[in-house]
Amino acid sequence: MAVREKIEPGAGNIVDMSWDPITRIVGNLGIYTKIDFNQQEVVQCKSTSSLFRGYSVFMKGKDPRDSHFITSRICGICGDNHAVCSMYAQNMAYGVKTPPLGEHIVNLGEAAEYMFDHTIFQDNLVFVDFCEQMVKETNPSVLEKAERAEAPGGSIHGYRTIADIMRSFNPFVGETYREALVVSRVTREMCCLMEGRHVHPSTIYPGGVGTQATPTLFTDYLTRLLRCLDFTKKAVAMNDDIFDFFYRALPGYEEVGRRRILLACWGAFNNPDHVDYDYRNMDAWGNEMYVTPGIIVDGELVTTNLVDINLGIRILLGSSYYDDWMSEETFVAKDPLGNPVDQRHPWNQTTLPRPQKRDLAGGNYSWVMSPRWYDERTGDHLALDTGGGPLARLWATALAGKVDTPFVKSTGQSVLITLPATPDSAEVQLEWKIPKWSNAIERNRARVYFVAYSAAMALHFVDRGLEEVRAGQTKVFEDFDVPDEAIGCGFHEAVRGVLSHHLVIKDKKIANYHPYPPTPWNGSSTDSYGTLGPYEDAVTGMPLFEENGPDEFRGIDVMRAVRSFDPCLPCGVHMYLGKGKTLKRTHSPMFGAQGG
Amino acid sequence: MSAQAAGVEEVHILWTSEGLSCDGDSVSITAASQPSIEEVLLGAIPGLPKVHLHNKVLSPTLGGEEFMAPFRQAAEGTLDAPYVFVVEGSIPNEKINGDGYWTSMGNDLATGEPLTVNWWIDQLAPGAFATVAIGTCATYGGIHAMAGNPTGAMGLADYLGWDYRSAAGLPIVNVPGCPVQPDNFMETLTWLLYQAAGLAPMIPLDEALRPQWIFGKTVHEGCDRAGYYEQGDFAKDYNSPKCQVKIGCWGPVVNCNVPKRGWMGGIGGCPNVGGICIGCTMPGFPDKFMPFMDAPPGGSVSSAATGAYGSFIRRMRTITNKTVNKEPKWRHNGDRLTSGYQPKALQR
Repeated sequence: MAVREKIEPGAGNIVDMSWDPITRIVGNLGIYTKIDFNQQEVVQCKSTSSLFRGYSVFMKGKDPRDSHFITSRICGICGDNHAVCSMYAQNMAYGVKTPPLGEHIVNLGEAAEYMFDHTIFQDNLVFVDFCEQMVKETNPSVLEKAERAEAPGGSIHGYRTIADIMRSFNPFVGETYREALVVSRVTREMCCLMEGRHVHPSTIYPGGVGTQATPTLFTDYLTRLLRCLDFTKKAVAMNDDIFDFFYRALPGYEEVGRRRILLACWGAFNNPDHVDYDYRNMDAWGNEMYVTPGIIVDGELVTTNLVDINLGIRILLGSSYYDDWMSEETFVAKDPLGNPVDQRHPWNQTTLPRPQKRDLAGGNYSWVMSPRWYDERTGDHLALDTGGGPLARLWATALAGKVDTPFVKSTGQSVLITLPATPDSAEVQLEWKIPKWSNAIERNRARVYFVAYSAAMALHFVDRGLEEVRAGQTKVFEDFDVPDEAIGCGFHEAVRGVLSHHLVIKDKKIANYHPYPPTPWNGSSTDSYGTLGPYEDAVTGMPLFEENGPDEFRGIDVMRAVRSFDPCLPCGVHMYLGKGKTLKRTHSPMFGAQGG
Repeated sequence: MSAQAAGVEEVHILWTSEGLSCDGDSVSITAASQPSIEEVLLGAIPGLPKVHLHNKVLSPTLGGEEFMAPFRQAAEGTLDAPYVFVVEGSIPNEKINGDGYWTSMGNDLATGEPLTVNWWIDQLAPGAFATVAIGTCATYGGIHAMAGNPTGAMGLADYLGWDYRSAAGLPIVNVPGCPVQPDNFMETLTWLLYQAAGLAPMIPLDEALRPQWIFGKTVHEGCDRAGYYEQGDFAKDYNSPKCQVKIGCWGPVVNCNVPKRGWMGGIGGCPNVGGICIGCTMPGFPDKFMPFMDAPPGGSVSSAATGAYGSFIRRMRTITNKTVNKEPKWRHNGDRLTSGYQPKALQR
């Protein structure tokens, strides 16, 4: 339940509501809103986090070869994404290229990570907000409709009504909830086969992997992958049924979590035929990735060039607790192509923390800096979001029309995904189509399609990897020397969206290291230009559909909007929560038999 | 033993991951299958008390006060059953940062001020049936306590004192690992739940407060590459399937069962699958193991010794290996039986 406080008597029916901490996410997030119960609308939203650990501070002076081991520890659900991104950045700095089989192994590990993480987040965390128990408590009339609504995908997933699907997601007791936990384990075993461990890998190194690439490795992976496909096919059908039902049952629900289409994807799955980790060729090999990088503004694909993407990144101080670094050292004045690099770019950032009291009334209120992308066409500093990861990945890949593999094809306006026949189901061809909105439901829907996308790409990577093994090309690691001075950058997709690592080496030591994961983009505070961060923006002005009045209000619609971004707050390396506000009344109902 | 005599029927697990953590240990327990978290929660293990889990990542609540309620009740002493207190993440030093603080969990309902994790530990540790530190951050400080850190991070025993005892007389129970090996934690938790039910004696811990049966042996003792070490056969780079002690593996001196048990479901691990042991379960992690990819300084002496006699043993074994790779000579389709069998009828 939210903590509430009447702002002032006679100011209408606007109430302060807050949820701190937010559950069913990774990390420490608080959401503070003002809600107008007469208009059934959120009028203000601020997102805060309460964690400062200081990676960029304590990594200085360390051996750069330690970076992937250290940065993996930034995140406890997608740490392997960090390790891989760091490996990419180190490869660039050391001038080393992972052998093709090593790339396939990394791609297989990352595909398994996407499958695991999206499955557990969607089915065990997000879908609790859409399960029978929750809908009964927040929108009983919607549950009544769901009991009568036949599920269009029943022949695929086996549930007759929408309410039957919702029941199967009841936490711990529902059968889909429990099957998802099991699938999340099988997919993590796949990740462990390729990367040694989940969530902090043991076999990833700059220059490749230490994984033993025997036929057995691929057998063990492929058999597990195939065992997940029946579940994946059912999950896509169940998700489509639930989300289409919500649009029908609650007209206007597309406004929940909706914001302007400002999507960012940094690309995933390097193609070993093209990637050479040379910055000067980054546009070319970036465009060969099996998830295309891209920035989408109002539905238009602005660029797929990783060099443009890189140079446009700006870290604004915004409302955060740092001293400015404009007069500090410029580590990288020009990129290897001769382009000027801004002092607000991660390569040139110096992190100077200054703890202080929170001032929500127009002052600094967060440790989150505000990553933005400078749009040269307009001069805007765009508050891009990741759509929780999959929405931006599928959207950029669909528009770019570049990916063309046996199981995944981009059409220019959609993505076609083929999954082969498995014991309980025939071959299916799924089509993810570009939606009308960037909103909560489409962020969630894209997630389950990206599980299918990852599974289909994994089938391709298994084929490619086995080709190498059968040809006797079993090298997975290439040795290297650490140069005295070098720079590197890695671009990757963490499960929940864009991930970049920027590295500067001097005297063979780390002189500067700045990771920018998805949550600082999505969860950032209001910036120096007054632009809201994406969570804040998506919730502000949002209509509310919950049937509980102000006294019993749970905030389900706000939570669905925020969770659709897949918040992962440990990613917000620099985040911090200042002082809270005075709270007058508390309601603390318990949920379900398990209590909190 | 008083802890064993308690014999309770219901237990809450109050789990804070709001220390300086990545929540990787919360995520890790969802990977466990020996036992799984749902088996424990759904009463599928005979003898265990009924368990109510309050963990932010898995909580079915919408968050905020719905989630905080049992923590507040425990702090007030009004929770309806004993609780196991699980702490995840390094404990920051909150005495060094003026008006600020490094990490908090919920707000003070009277003042609206955020409540630090350290405050919650002060409230909840004394009354807990058992206090468990999960992961290397909470046990010994871990990554966030690295040299040059700005937060003064430390482990739970550094904060509460190594002589801390819970309400039931237990020391802190440390289950290190970065992250924790999933089944290692669930197995430890299961012991404590049996103990709460009066069905198990005091959990056996070593001097670093680790369960003895999990951390009593080294990585090397459980590693399937140790045979290469014995024969003085070392990997020169990460392509090799041989022993990795010369390319950064600390396995011979690190207490951990992962190469033996695998990472999950028997799959994965560290040096057994090509990943150097960086000592992530150890109190000295990470600083005493960095730079991770260089050979451990002491390792060259012992591996040089192994190299001398190991290469001789390897040559001898190669000869024997060739012998045992050949079938005995009587297995043939010839006209006469040459197996040595002598039928009675033919004997004179």
